[in-house]
Amino acid sequence: MSLPPTDMMAAIAATRFGLGARPGEIAAARSDPRGFLTAQIRPQGADQPQAGAEGSAQRLSDFRDYQMQKRDAKAAQGEVGGNPKPDPLKDAKKMLRDDTGGDFLARAQLASTTDAAFRERWALFWANHFTVSATKQITGTVIGPFEQEAIRPHVFGRFEDLLVASSTHPAMLLYLDQAQSIGPDSKAGAYMQRRAKGGGLNENLAREIMELHTVGVEAGYSQADVTEFARAMTGFSIGRPQEERAFQFLFRDNAHEPGARTVMGRRYGQDGQAQALAVMRDLAASPQTARHVATKLAVHFVGDDPPPALVARLEKSFNDSGGRLDDLARALVNAPESWDPAPAKFKMPYEFAISTWRSVGGQPQAIGKLAPVLTGLGQKPFSAPSPKGWPEEAQVWCAPDALIKRLRFSEAFAAQAADRLDPVEFAQSTLGARLTPPVAKAVARAETRREAMALLLMSPEFQRR
Amino acid sequence: MNALPSPHLSRRSLLAGIGLSVSFLGGSAFATADGPLSTRKMVVVICRGGMDGLTVSPPVGDPDYAGLRGDVAVPADQALKLDSTFALHPALTSVHALALKGQARIAPAIASPDRARSHFEAQDVLETGAAQVYGVGSGWLNRTLEVMGPRKVEGLSVGATAPLILRGKVQAASWSPGPGVDETARLPTLLQDIYKADPLMGPAFARGLETEAMAQAAMPPPAPKVIPASADKASMPPNMMGAQTMVPAAPNPKQGREAARSLGATLAGFMVQPGGPRIAAISLDGWDTHAGQVGQLNSRLSYLDAVLDGLNTGLGAEWSNTVVVVTTEFGRTARVNGTGGTDHGTGSTALVLGGGLKRGGIIGDWPTLKQTALFENRDVTPSLDLRGLFKGVLNEHMGVERAALEGTVFPDSAGAKMVTGLV
Repeated sequence: MSLPPTDMMAAIAATRFGLGARPGEIAAARSDPRGFLTAQIRPQGADQPQAGAEGSAQRLSDFRDYQMQKRDAKAAQGEVGGNPKPDPLKDAKKMLRDDTGGDFLARAQLASTTDAAFRERWALFWANHFTVSATKQITGTVIGPFEQEAIRPHVFGRFEDLLVASSTHPAMLLYLDQAQSIGPDSKAGAYMQRRAKGGGLNENLAREIMELHTVGVEAGYSQADVTEFARAMTGFSIGRPQEERAFQFLFRDNAHEPGARTVMGRRYGQDGQAQALAVMRDLAASPQTARHVATKLAVHFVGDDPPPALVARLEKSFNDSGGRLDDLARALVNAPESWDPAPAKFKMPYEFAISTWRSVGGQPQAIGKLAPVLTGLGQKPFSAPSPKGWPEEAQVWCAPDALIKRLRFSEAFAAQAADRLDPVEFAQSTLGARLTPPVAKAVARAETRREAMALLLMSPEFQRR
Repeated sequence: MNALPSPHLSRRSLLAGIGLSVSFLGGSAFATADGPLSTRKMVVVICRGGMDGLTVSPPVGDPDYAGLRGDVAVPADQALKLDSTFALHPALTSVHALALKGQARIAPAIASPDRARSHFEAQDVLETGAAQVYGVGSGWLNRTLEVMGPRKVEGLSVGATAPLILRGKVQAASWSPGPGVDETARLPTLLQDIYKADPLMGPAFARGLETEAMAQAAMPPPAPKVIPASADKASMPPNMMGAQTMVPAAPNPKQGREAARSLGATLAGFMVQPGGPRIAAISLDGWDTHAGQVGQLNSRLSYLDAVLDGLNTGLGAEWSNTVVVVTTEFGRTARVNGTGGTDHGTGSTALVLGGGLKRGGIIGDWPTLKQTALFENRDVTPSLDLRGLFKGVLNEHMGVERAALEGTVFPDSAGAKMVTGLV
């Protein structure tokens, strides 16, 4: 497979691998489009959206304070029978909301302004692979910290480390109900049963690690494998406020199901948390995981129906390197199949919005400018519909209603931004060699700058990557 | 239909003026030509996440129910009684009222052919109508539109994204609450020209503009209001944040129910228009109740009830021409788990509603909850294949030929016995 001309490769580097071209970005990539991308791969991982940001322990502590306040307010209400003004409660609620909104805005601002947009897209891919969604009130406040602590530092390291970081992070333990899972025959389990308190196994995280994070549902594991892995994972929990590891990962030996486990034909005789970590190590090293991850990457970066040769290359890189993600990123950039000039991927709403801000060298200034747009387009901030994360397929996002809403956004954006731009130059700097003659012509013939800009933002080549 | 308000007229004439045929309206020509079948309507409500059938229609008369369910069992004295075994969850008041009139029935042990207990695989199978995962790439409601004659029968999904069940060769419409396009008509025209050669964006955009023309007439007063989203997790009820969740997030349950009712009424508003969509799909999220199941399902079921109530009232006289099926990708474990919830299971409940239903008891057999009757000693054993239910509705109610059903809509489904006697 031969590579397209350098001009086209530069445009592809900025749009497909990156997050849409900022003014001058395509020109900067032109001398060496592949080198432009591989230079963004670095051992310390992805960029952090906020320097010195609050960690998950602080956020969970704040959340607990809020819950206590809520309980007190309720009790007070019961006592006086009146309607006390729960102002402190409102404040606490607002603080949580602002924290979450702030995290998302900071991430969007990083995405809009970074010169290393491939690095950021790579981090977003892994954040979506290990989805934590704000479908529970408590998880919303720790998604930002989760990405910061568990995902971003590891995205160019070993897959296994990323898996363990995700699977031991409080956000994931809360999102997929692991924190409360108790081995029925553990000390804690026996105690709960004596007191008829309930309490026992919850297999949610174990199942999703196998199905979504590692080997994939086609790997042929059974219900018994899921249950065994869930038993091995009992004890993965979060420290209570009075404990030493308050609001952080804590392994509770007394909740861990005793005994050896068998998962996918292998026996695990380890004690304590070493048992589940050993299962994870084997899952991470499985060729089925290599295939699953390779396919997902190819689908995300190149096409909903990706070239098998590309999947094979990525799979080989994963297997040969022992799951080194920096090698995998290089393999993706170096694969000729990644550079097919036809833009096959329809942008998700977040990608579309971010690339719009990038096109003018701007960034969203407030969460209120961004969140309603994304929600209207079906991609509410930090709220993937399920642990599987956001869907990839063009057909999902290119719904009739969604296109109307994209048009509304493009018109409104152009009304704010177009009057400072030369439309023809804008079209060139945004799409470079990807700009097609019909769109170039329509832009040049537009009645107003606004119309020209909205047309370009709605063009098939801008909507895709 | 009432006289159209003038803003709607102006938008429609605007669209017509730029050469857009509002084909929903044109479709009415078929109504008289094809007889009564041509007014029949079908709505599929997908409850994503694995809806717990044993909470939707608790078998409070089954001797094993209370023991298996412990703290998450629906108390018999609170449940809304259907017969000596079954009841409905207390939040399903509108559904219960319909059931008493013979306009709602339950299929309490139903499942798709998939047995993997994976949300994503099971939703795929549910929506593609295939015998197994990855069997087919398009949705079965889309293939229904195909066999009924594209553009003769319109399909609509409610939501910002297009659900798999309505994806495929025929461009179905989609709609979600929000402001429409009402700028100068020049831009849409220019774009339609640019999209001419684009097989994905062209048809979708054209259909979006057409749907816009219908939207205002479809809105019940007061129009559904989406609370401005501000990454505001804290002020929202839990589990309302999914992208496919079409019940707009609301600060309190009462407003949530109102929004849900309004959404159902708006969908009805589309469907009662001459030439409007006769096939529709809507998704509700938040049914994956591994923990804290009781509270979560109280609110989810009250929203579901409100959507159905809105549909019922909004459809008015057309309710007698409509069948609604509420379904999910799988049921949940018969036993309560360790965290006040239930894990992924197999058989669940489907609700079938409509003004033209025949009276009858439960649809399909009840295998009971005896330990020996449980599927893999864990789940409700399905006695009915979902495809059999869907085929029954499509055949008897919508008039789709059996050959088309088993050849195109649900390939390889001859083994899934068609449910008969529904309407």
